[in-house]
Amino acid sequence: MTSAMLILVGCQLLGELLRATFQLPIPGPVIGMFLLALALGLRARRTGNDSTPAPLKPAAEGLIANMGLLFVPAGVGIIAEAGVIRKEWLPILVAVAGSTILSLIVTALVMHWTLRPTHTQDTDRQGRAS
Amino acid sequence: MNAALHHLWTPLSATPLLWLVVTLAAYVIGRQVQKACGGSPFASPVLIAILIVGATLLGTGTSYDTYFAGAQFIHFLLGPVTVALAVPLAENFALVRRHLSSIGLALLAGSLTSVITGVGLVWLLGGSRSVALSMAPKAVTTPIAMAVSDQIGGVPALTASLAILGGILAAIIGRHMLARFQIDDWRAHGLAAGVAGSGIAAAQVAALDEIGAAFAALGIGLNGLLTALLVPLLATLWR
Repeated sequence: MTSAMLILVGCQLLGELLRATFQLPIPGPVIGMFLLALALGLRARRTGNDSTPAPLKPAAEGLIANMGLLFVPAGVGIIAEAGVIRKEWLPILVAVAGSTILSLIVTALVMHWTLRPTHTQDTDRQGRAS
Repeated sequence: MNAALHHLWTPLSATPLLWLVVTLAAYVIGRQVQKACGGSPFASPVLIAILIVGATLLGTGTSYDTYFAGAQFIHFLLGPVTVALAVPLAENFALVRRHLSSIGLALLAGSLTSVITGVGLVWLLGGSRSVALSMAPKAVTTPIAMAVSDQIGGVPALTASLAILGGILAAIIGRHMLARFQIDDWRAHGLAAGVAGSGIAAAQVAALDEIGAAFAALGIGLNGLLTALLVPLLATLWR
């Protein structure tokens, strides 16, 4: 558990250092995520086993399973913004709802359409195998 | 009785411990409510917890700054959990590489849709310029959204609130909405949640499916990257 935490905050720190050194517009944790994914990928290629090493996997899964909790403190900040939100509630609510829904649908539909050829190929292969 | 309560409350309300407990308790209640509702995404534990904590702060006249001094310990974990998303991502590397062009196209389309419709709707409905600019990066993960908002002349704190509102909405309606379009693929669900609703929507998908979690992680990371590069560029065009 402690070694897993060390890996996670270590990657975050490395990400912060890279961001500061190269003046990157991306936050440290996101750089850290790509670094850790790269490291895990390289490790999998070397060992030929793509399962995550023992202490990291349960720690990561535990954090991800409770990720919603971590947004509560920032979310409560909405009450500090109540003034602006009350003043321009209509454009704010319509734009948040509209753009979120449209973006969800567009992303999923494009993914769905472009994936379909591979999808049928997969079923064909499965069909032939059986 | 009231004096005794006041005696207890005054020192406690200033310690981080109290607000840490309140935040955790509110989230646990939120989860219980969701369980009692048969796991319905409409009973979002994040939303319930925010409402409970918000009501508590308003009811006790506590400032957000006092609250955040305690809750920042929970807030801090957003960093490590973002890094932790590398685990489902790495475990599904092969799958991600196979669909790289689909992911790229869907990401670009979804990201542009979010930015353009967000700014456009505020503008059409007569919202102010600073609200429109705060809306532009709201689909990405909160720290990126705030940094971009600051860079283009939005209000970072407002952007954070919008990001969370959008995330909660995407988490609540995402699955039903996409099911209506006959999309039942976890790769599409995950990526859409990551691109349109960032962390909160991703958390909802990640809890249900591992492949969904991998694509959501990718959606958060790549959309963060794209938005950080694209939105400042688009903002210079809109003068």
